[in-house]
Amino acid sequence: MYKLILAFRYLYRRRISYLALAAVALCVFIVVVVMTVMDGLVGDFKRKNHNYTGDCVVGTESLVGFPYYEDFARIAEKEDYVEAVAPVIKSYALIGTEVSGRNIGVELMGVEAASYGRVTGFGLTLHYHKNDPSKAFNIKSDANLPGFVIGADLWSGRNEKGEYFYTPNPDATPLSVTCFPLTAKGALAKAGTDVVNTKTFYFSDSSQSGLARVDGSIIYLPFDEAKVLCGMTEPVKRASWIHIKFKQGVSIEEGCRQVRQMWAKFCDEHKGKDNAELLSQVSVRSWKEHRRESIAGMEKEQTMLMMMFGLVGLTTVFIVYVVFYMIISHKTRDIGILKSIGTSCGDVIVLFLGFAAGIGVIGSAVGVLGGTLFLRNINGIESWLFERFGFQLWDRTIYAIGEIPHQLDLTFVLVVTGCAILACLAGAVLPSVGAARNNPADVLQVSQL
Amino acid sequence: MSKDGFIIEAKGIHKTYRMGAAQVQVLKGADIAVKKGEFVAIVGASGSGKSTLLHILGALDRPDKGVVQFEERDLSGMSGGELNEYRNKMIGFVFQFYHLLDELNVLENVILPAMVPAGIFGWISKRAEVKKRGLELLKAVSLEQRATHKPYQLSGGERQRAAIARALINEPRLLLADEPTGNLDSATGNGILELLERLNRAGQTIVMVTHDERVARRAGRTITLADGKVK
Repeated sequence: MYKLILAFRYLYRRRISYLALAAVALCVFIVVVVMTVMDGLVGDFKRKNHNYTGDCVVGTESLVGFPYYEDFARIAEKEDYVEAVAPVIKSYALIGTEVSGRNIGVELMGVEAASYGRVTGFGLTLHYHKNDPSKAFNIKSDANLPGFVIGADLWSGRNEKGEYFYTPNPDATPLSVTCFPLTAKGALAKAGTDVVNTKTFYFSDSSQSGLARVDGSIIYLPFDEAKVLCGMTEPVKRASWIHIKFKQGVSIEEGCRQVRQMWAKFCDEHKGKDNAELLSQVSVRSWKEHRRESIAGMEKEQTMLMMMFGLVGLTTVFIVYVVFYMIISHKTRDIGILKSIGTSCGDVIVLFLGFAAGIGVIGSAVGVLGGTLFLRNINGIESWLFERFGFQLWDRTIYAIGEIPHQLDLTFVLVVTGCAILACLAGAVLPSVGAARNNPADVLQVSQL
Repeated sequence: MSKDGFIIEAKGIHKTYRMGAAQVQVLKGADIAVKKGEFVAIVGASGSGKSTLLHILGALDRPDKGVVQFEERDLSGMSGGELNEYRNKMIGFVFQFYHLLDELNVLENVILPAMVPAGIFGWISKRAEVKKRGLELLKAVSLEQRATHKPYQLSGGERQRAAIARALINEPRLLLADEPTGNLDSATGNGILELLERLNRAGQTIVMVTHDERVARRAGRTITLADGKVK
């Protein structure tokens, strides 16, 4: 009991304790705020990639694509763990407006709007056909015109708040799309001066996936139109990818494993058929593997940040060590007194470790409270800073970031708090052991006072 | 208690300290024996080893050579835990500089030795009883009005009386006082000596270290230390 009382008294009577408290609180505050924002950004980025891709992707990076996709899609759709299947054509195209005559290179995605909307979050990304992706290519003014959906960053600018400029009733702006059709062998499908396929499409909607690279480089066309433009109709119909969504409760790993088995069986059954060699280029990937190139960078940054905070943690240990060294060097007389009345070495260690744990608990609580308050108001603070001083954490005209993430993860907070307390104990353990080893006769000598 | 009636007995105590490169032999075979109920003063010049001998009797220090027996039990044979219990229950220390803890008030300082062996639940069960005894002791040393004061709010004499009350909280068999009046003016010191005399009359065994012959004369018996030995 006396250890508890003394630890508490040392804590609030010694001003130097406040220094250790402030160091712990500051470290916890920084870790909580930065990691919450970083985790939020990474989590949001992953969620957007998952939405963009679906659960599983069967296909090839080759612009030639692979045949018999319809057969495989039909088989896959019958599986009890599969919710929906959507074939996709992916290629590259030149787009140009008839007014300006300017051309830019883009990624072309040929999708069946309805099935693609069931497999992915395509419907959520649309502005004019939100939650109704089956009508994504429909143009209100003329239902016979072929529509296109274009990445939001390709089509319109963003203001400083990250909002796009939309008109309530968009014009069916024409856009010419030019592709190089390829044969199943990868050669140009056409010869002479007319090697490209060009067709005019009309604006039906824009897609804002929240992925800067996607929104700034992709144009969506109806699947059948894209197939013709890319020459994927002859000699056998081809597609680039089949996106699959699993039923609820099916894990991504398990679903992908079953699709791989299904694909292997499918390849065996199609051996020797026309262009069947293209099937060997096909891989089955989870959404994470498919988008690895985009996600890996952010995950690496997150890991580096964790490492940096590990170093911050070491600094905390050192600060606590120094503070405890100073406190204990001022408390040797107390240690002598305590030993003279029968306190054991272990109890002296427990007393100072209790003191350290107190600093850890209170410092963490202050840091978490400060971090929570700061995170709760982080977007308001940023808006205020922007309005007053023109400062933004991320320039919304450049970065596809809406709100700054501020959702606290309770488990993460508990882990950080636990680490902070451990760091305090680690910093205090050496000085505490040193204190316990003091000889009371030495420290209580008149000459030592 | 030994068959000779000694509560504590030290034989052939040697102690050497290292001071830089030099070794200083403070005690060179000191012997001392104290009977129950005695009030013994150890006198000697500064550096004669009085405090060192007292620390060895109280198990705050270990002799290099020699035997200390408390009620016929050899201190060198005691484990660390037993020595802690010995310091807590058998011995009460009074120091020249009082050595009260600044973070605790007077009553908390007094009852601190009673809190040391008790766990949280043990303390909760006996807290009231110990506090009552602490207040009684403070009354006995005329400090009942100062129970909630901090040590820095007390005079030197009051602090020493509080330290004596602390030393008595666990009803020790032996009170060891190291220059208890050394830091006090004559009148205040006299008050402390009267208090010690009163305690001794009530049956408390006391061993007091002092360099002052006048103080030593207040004890029932005087032992003189010179050149590391008892004369």
